[in-house]
Amino acid sequence: MKSAVVVFPGSNRERDMVAALEKVGGHRPAVVWHGDHDLPKVDLIVIPGGFSYGDYLRSGAIAAREPIMDAIRREAERGVAVLGVCNGFQILCEAGLLPGVLMRNAGLKFICKEVKLRVETTDSAFTARYDKGAVIRSPVAHGDGNYRADDETLARLKGEDRIAFRYVGNPNGSIDDIAGILSEKRNVLGMMPHPENLIEPLNGGLDGRPLFESLLAA
Amino acid sequence: MKARVTVTLKNGVLDPQGKAIEGALGSLGFAGVASVRQGKVFDIEVAETDAGKAKAELEAMAAKLLANTVIENYRVEIVG
Repeated sequence: MKSAVVVFPGSNRERDMVAALEKVGGHRPAVVWHGDHDLPKVDLIVIPGGFSYGDYLRSGAIAAREPIMDAIRREAERGVAVLGVCNGFQILCEAGLLPGVLMRNAGLKFICKEVKLRVETTDSAFTARYDKGAVIRSPVAHGDGNYRADDETLARLKGEDRIAFRYVGNPNGSIDDIAGILSEKRNVLGMMPHPENLIEPLNGGLDGRPLFESLLAA
Repeated sequence: MKARVTVTLKNGVLDPQGKAIEGALGSLGFAGVASVRQGKVFDIEVAETDAGKAKAELEAMAAKLLANTVIENYRVEIVG
């Protein structure tokens, strides 16, 4: 599986993502700088976590309007898998590749801890290797993880089986406990938790590994 | 030409920051605060000298970047 990790000024989880992709996928991903206009031909594009542009204006807002996002949008339209984790999820929402928005956590505090997630659908290239309904562990580290969407969007997400993960014990006030959602074509996944941080025994668990194995098998 | 763009949360959108400020005002002894909603103000100077054209340009800026129209409304005023 060829992959690319896109880095913006202020991204800080790209090394974890590169390590996870290399350890599970066997290939070192290309690291693409935000000012580039073109992406290498890959099977997976990842926007990692961090604080792109210092979360100025709104989390992900500035990064979402960079030229590289047009290239990512084109690849997504061609069916290439796009994964956005944490700040990557915020960027994908701000760029309109995913619906809704991530607002300040309901409790206002930055949350850095392990949470539990329920796998809500296995019908995607990201989740096929999980069992539907499985409860998995995952770290979260975010201040703006409170997912919001209007009633119509939420009804569509539910009706089209596009909620990939829900929190078991909602940490941030997200509507309907949403932790991760899929695009209409199911090839774009945005999620606040960090599956890349639970991929080998030294991390203390392997619960994030099936996500990367799913992509590898897709 | 100078303009002011005001971005506010749409009605019904939860505003945790506004709620916290509301609570802080209460604890400062301001008993009559019914609600607080937090927003943003942008003071922008543009080269355009025609007020109508400037307003249209600023509306586009607000829609494309300054506001996230999923949750926010915006208002553009030409101030001089």
